[in-house]
Amino acid sequence: MSLIGLTIGQARDRLVRKEFTARELATIYIKAMEAARPLKAYLVETPERTLAAAEQSDARLQKGNGLPLDGIPVAVKDLFCTEGVETTAASKILAGFVPPYESTVTANLWRNGALMLGKVNLDELAMGSATITSARGPTENPWRRRGDNRPLVPGGSSGGSAAAVAARAALAATGTDTGGSIRQPASFCGIVGLKPTYGRCSRWGIVAFASSLDQAGPMTRDVRDAAIMLQAMAGHDPKDATSAPVPVPNFEAAVGQSIKGMRIGIPKEYRLDGMPKEIEALWQRGIEWVKAAGATTVDISLKMTQYALATYYIIAPAEASSNLARYDGVRFGLRVPGETLDAMYENTRGQGFGAEVRRRVLIGTYVLSAGYYDAYYLKAQKVRALIARDFDDAFKHCDAMLTPTAPSAAFAIGEKMDDPIAMYLNDVFTVPVNLAGLPGISVPAGLSADGLPLGLQVIGKAFDEETVLRVGAVLEDAAKFDAMPAFVAGAA
Amino acid sequence: MSNLVKGHTGEWEVVIGLEVHAQVISKAKLFSGAATDFGAEPNTQVSTVDAAFPGMLPVLNRFCVEQAVKTGLGLDAQINLQSVFDRKNYFYSDLPAGYQISQFSRPIVGKGKIVLDMPDGTAREVGITRLHLEQDAGKSLHDQHPSKTYVDLNRAGVALMEIVSEPDLRTAEEAGAYLRKLRAILRYLGTCDANMEEGNMRCDCNVSVRKPGGALGTRCEIKNVNSIRFVMQAIDYEARRQIGVIEEGGKIVQETRLFDSGKGVTRSMRSKEESHDYRYFPDPDLLPVTLDPAWLAKLKADLPELPDAKKARFMRDYKLSAYDAGLLVGERENAAFFETVAKGRDPKLASNWVTVELFGALNKLGKTIAESPVSANGLGELIDLIADGTLSGRLAKDVFAEMIASGKAARAIVSEKGLKQVTDTGAIETAIDAVLAKGPDKVADYRGGKEKLLAYFVGQVMKATQGKANPALVNELLKKKLAG
Repeated sequence: MSLIGLTIGQARDRLVRKEFTARELATIYIKAMEAARPLKAYLVETPERTLAAAEQSDARLQKGNGLPLDGIPVAVKDLFCTEGVETTAASKILAGFVPPYESTVTANLWRNGALMLGKVNLDELAMGSATITSARGPTENPWRRRGDNRPLVPGGSSGGSAAAVAARAALAATGTDTGGSIRQPASFCGIVGLKPTYGRCSRWGIVAFASSLDQAGPMTRDVRDAAIMLQAMAGHDPKDATSAPVPVPNFEAAVGQSIKGMRIGIPKEYRLDGMPKEIEALWQRGIEWVKAAGATTVDISLKMTQYALATYYIIAPAEASSNLARYDGVRFGLRVPGETLDAMYENTRGQGFGAEVRRRVLIGTYVLSAGYYDAYYLKAQKVRALIARDFDDAFKHCDAMLTPTAPSAAFAIGEKMDDPIAMYLNDVFTVPVNLAGLPGISVPAGLSADGLPLGLQVIGKAFDEETVLRVGAVLEDAAKFDAMPAFVAGAA
Repeated sequence: MSNLVKGHTGEWEVVIGLEVHAQVISKAKLFSGAATDFGAEPNTQVSTVDAAFPGMLPVLNRFCVEQAVKTGLGLDAQINLQSVFDRKNYFYSDLPAGYQISQFSRPIVGKGKIVLDMPDGTAREVGITRLHLEQDAGKSLHDQHPSKTYVDLNRAGVALMEIVSEPDLRTAEEAGAYLRKLRAILRYLGTCDANMEEGNMRCDCNVSVRKPGGALGTRCEIKNVNSIRFVMQAIDYEARRQIGVIEEGGKIVQETRLFDSGKGVTRSMRSKEESHDYRYFPDPDLLPVTLDPAWLAKLKADLPELPDAKKARFMRDYKLSAYDAGLLVGERENAAFFETVAKGRDPKLASNWVTVELFGALNKLGKTIAESPVSANGLGELIDLIADGTLSGRLAKDVFAEMIASGKAARAIVSEKGLKQVTDTGAIETAIDAVLAKGPDKVADYRGGKEKLLAYFVGQVMKATQGKANPALVNELLKKKLAG
């Protein structure tokens, strides 16, 4: 097997055994990153930085004191501020912005020896489910439908991350997940995506979308890699008041542990009317796999599920409308002059933000307005509390839950674009997890009829990523997903 | 004293509520580690959090919370064990995040009160509605460039306490007394420098008028008045203006007004319709603030003695009048100075020397008590010299003037200038004999019944002894001789 096909776990072990050097692996990935340019996954490539860091990794590995991620080349979603490297969140409003600081999560990765390949594309300011709202243009999914060469979306908002990892143009990537932005693109691109518990990873230095929902997580080729990455990314950060002061367990140790005797909840409300048969069938297969592994399944009810999307599309835009107020043309990023201060604001924000971002700022401003606040924002907060209670109650009867990740496979660029509501439905299975602040993983579990990857989601209790990883690994073993996308950079 | 204002149509009652913004004494800002020093070069005390860079997050400064809670305790107020920070959203160039982090529905401090000491000796209780913590904005400088505005973010993010009074005040004098009392409490607690001229205490005044006993009138808010005197002028002007408008058949529109201190008038700034919809909502970057009852109890136990308690103690223990005690407790340093002077001495004498002579001299010099050339122990020494008969009251005033001028100690001045009071009856009698010998006609007049001439003789003797003779002895001996 070529080096490009290795997982983090395999590459790590072989780097330690000095079978190849970090520099060799970095060079291969830099070439893969260049070869993958047609996908438009990367916004910024930083090969010099990759190689310089690889030299340091090699120095440590040579001495036998390598760090947990020494020599592992990763792509960074362009929502993470990276010191000295342009960070735009795929928005015109941040054109030319070079942060003088490094986000906590990426700093943790570099401290653990990982190498940055570059910054990858996303929906503008993480708002979208297809990476088509990026001001830098859409990223293509490396997968194609069987017998159909139309480019497909990689999902979103972490579409660049998912495409890069799936196309073997990065060994792993960071993502962020506000309503499904790690899990849904992972499902669309046939990789693993883990959204940790809210508070597990610091939000410091990540361009904020919706502060009470945003959470960083890993996107990898397999479940073990997700555990290894999360180990490095997670931890309490005094600079983020919402980061949880809880110990970080050994996540990798959970991978491979038996789920015998575990109770897996199957929420009946996730059986949507009109859901594609193949999604239903995939879910059923997942249920059989966990049973075969010795777990029992329990029918559970999450009664408030039907209100989750509506709740999310009030709370997330409300927070976003406020979080995005700082992009005003005064101190950094884009400024479009105007005769008055208000005109400058209007010009800058009108031209700096794309249509989807403007739509959400408008929705958010509306739901927080005097006279509407109680009917929308306050009501949504109450429903959110009920959704969280649903999960609490259900977790009295089960240890984890199993659901599909998304109601469909990847769609073509251009499809669903004129109907924001249809687009929002992509997140119907993932959004409740964010509202409740719980961990969730998407694991590739099979192919659709036309040959596209489909993922299954495992949802866990707060700060119980270990169980999520354990169940995820069992699904992975059972699914034996080894299909490859149409485009593989390393093979080119 | 009537609290009512006379108009053409009869008497009016003025209803006043004050919102004070008090800058918290703290080395670091409310949500960042940046410094808060006054007068630093523009934009030198700004962190990426204060400038609202992408991905930056606020972290609450616990010391500012402690300062706010202390202030709440000093205002005899309800301390809320759970409070919440909200975002107040509006766009302005000196508000980097596009929102101010403040407290809206769940402030850290609830209802409290302040007792006002009115000049006529009465006390008035004024309700405090709430106290909440919030960030200050930066400063926009519009006069540095013909078309551009400059922004200084040094102040952006500095902690403020907004202290809101109930509409319990009825006159400008009461508003002044309220601000002076609040200032004293803040300074006693060490939670705010409360210097309105330096801008670390600012005041918005809500003013309305009504017929006595009638329903509340429409109020106008006068923003950012920056001295107690201006607050009083602004209220008086605004009350007159509103009465004038109503009596001429007009209506008061709710609006925000500015006080022009040069012209002594208030002017419309923006109407209610133009006011912002702030879209308050709980800041998702911050957790609710939860206070530990044990911590709160300790803070309460460690609270310093506050002006009201100190005044009561001065009246009780030192037998001072309410007026003198009130004067002394106005500033914590003054009270401490007095207590040092009064220790082991006659408290009334000490109070007189501090409130009359010392305050008078400092006033003339434009100095505070901390800058006084005469220390408390130094003033005590002077009073000791009066008590042991070394100095007469008159001589003591001369010595005090010298102490103020040179900073020298009282005993040193006395020995240097030979100012010791003469109590030797022989020497005084010699001086009396000389005076009486010089004016036999006046002696005859006195003996003929013009007893008022005694004062003249006393004066002559004092003059002859350069004021050093003990006045009581001079009186006594003169009377004896003239009778003789």
